[in-house]
Amino acid sequence: MRALVTAVYLFLYTPIALVVLFSFNAGRNASDFTGFSTQWYGRAIANTFLMEALQNSLTIAFTSAGLAAIFGTMAAIGMERLGARARAVFDGLFAAAIVVPGVVIGIATLVALVEVFGFVNPLIAAVWPGEQAPKLSLGYGSIIAAHGLFTMALVTMIVKARIASLGRDIVEASSDLYATPFTTFRQIVLPQILPSILAGFLLAFTFSFDDFIIAFFVAGSNTTLPIYVFASIRRGVTPEINAIATMVLVASLGLILIARFLMREKTTN
Amino acid sequence: MPFTPATNRRLVTAALVGPASIWLFVFLVLPFIAIIVFAFGERAPEGGYQAAFTFAQFANLGSRAAAFKNTLILAPIGAFACLLVAYPVAYYLAVKASAKYRLLLVSLVVVPFWTSLLVRTYAWMYILGARGIPHLLEMVGIEDVRLLNTPGAVLLGIVYGYLPLMIMPIYVSLEKLDRRLLEASADLGARPLSTFFGITLPLSLPGVMTGIALVTILLLGEYLIPQLLGGGKVFFIGNALVDLFLQSRNWPFGSAIAVTLVVVVVIVLLIAMRIAWRVAGTRQVDLV
Repeated sequence: MRALVTAVYLFLYTPIALVVLFSFNAGRNASDFTGFSTQWYGRAIANTFLMEALQNSLTIAFTSAGLAAIFGTMAAIGMERLGARARAVFDGLFAAAIVVPGVVIGIATLVALVEVFGFVNPLIAAVWPGEQAPKLSLGYGSIIAAHGLFTMALVTMIVKARIASLGRDIVEASSDLYATPFTTFRQIVLPQILPSILAGFLLAFTFSFDDFIIAFFVAGSNTTLPIYVFASIRRGVTPEINAIATMVLVASLGLILIARFLMREKTTN
Repeated sequence: MPFTPATNRRLVTAALVGPASIWLFVFLVLPFIAIIVFAFGERAPEGGYQAAFTFAQFANLGSRAAAFKNTLILAPIGAFACLLVAYPVAYYLAVKASAKYRLLLVSLVVVPFWTSLLVRTYAWMYILGARGIPHLLEMVGIEDVRLLNTPGAVLLGIVYGYLPLMIMPIYVSLEKLDRRLLEASADLGARPLSTFFGITLPLSLPGVMTGIALVTILLLGEYLIPQLLGGGKVFFIGNALVDLFLQSRNWPFGSAIAVTLVVVVVIVLLIAMRIAWRVAGTRQVDLV
């Protein structure tokens, strides 16, 4: 049994280890390790297309996770105050945002936005005083919107679970002591749910940062890091892609470890 | 007096859930209505959408039968293969592993799930590719082995990519298992194997069901694994959708397929919930 479990762990980590190992390969060849070198990291960093894609991904992930953390937390708190029926509608919609395949979310967003742009752009052009009217198009905004959908659902679920486990008595004690609802929130509730909000933010960030399929549909002419990696893989694997992939892995790993650490706190105190 | 405490409370609640409601409506509900409308439309001559009311797109679904067949066969097989590998691991983690290392071992299972599936899948591309395992086999005299771009490669990628998602719910349900039941069973003279089949396995069924449902549902919309490891030969519905929207620009037909895919997902979900209620127990899954 132990041998079997060890084999499964090897199965899980061998591919990851190989990517990391070959990112340090001196030669160009992706399968003969000819010596240790960090040159591919240098080349990756010097690659302007890649750095632009990385920057796009960071901006998008940061914005969508930030919005998701704020609005998702607000929704989680607000849902507590809703009637059973309204809460069920919310639960259903958030569940749908998570269960519906990413490929469908991407398509639906693309289709809806293109329709809206087709309707709105002529209107803007008609009322615009200058020569060149601004045109709405796919890009940052549409990726952030589509990512925000499921990252918000994720944050709401995590924060809601934390709120459900909060002690009611301490909230009641606070209002018995004549604290205003806002003071109670700021001094009692917020400090307790803050770790789960942060954890939700980090997970949302990772999800958005790693997402390929939704961005693939709604990115327009913008490129995100996963889209860049995907395109490069089709041109053939080089140590440079391994270097990029290793950086992606290390980044998401770091964020996950922090998120898990934050969420563990809830069980210890 | 317009601002009684009751209206005030309502305003605060509305302000709290407002942004999320708008987001859900604009970026989930509206787009869904849009693809349903599109699915009944026609392809414009230069690609895209042209208004119409026709069932032709749905009648044409058969032309993508291969994608539906691959998805509907490989998703459940993949989920079941995941289960076969995941169960022993979950069992070991929940029952056998020492408490000291349990948390670490569980984390090591979850971490890959939260890292890029794209990167993890492409790693297999070159393990299975001509310069990977087939190259090693050649050195020991086994020639002409082709692993990449086969259904087997896709299945392997599926098991690899979704294994953590299968292990976790089973682990959660096994961890809740009352040890005293196992001891009682042993005290009453049951062999380990009959304890397993009589007690452990039935009590872990809710976790097994959750895992199968989660993995199957996610696999129904899979794109990357068949694309990278199946080389366009093992087409899934997801691949057909990318092709229809981004290459041939047949949006109405693509929308009809997308709507059908969502219907399939909902059916699978309903069946899973039915069975889950029957085997009773929790439907709680802790993925993080």
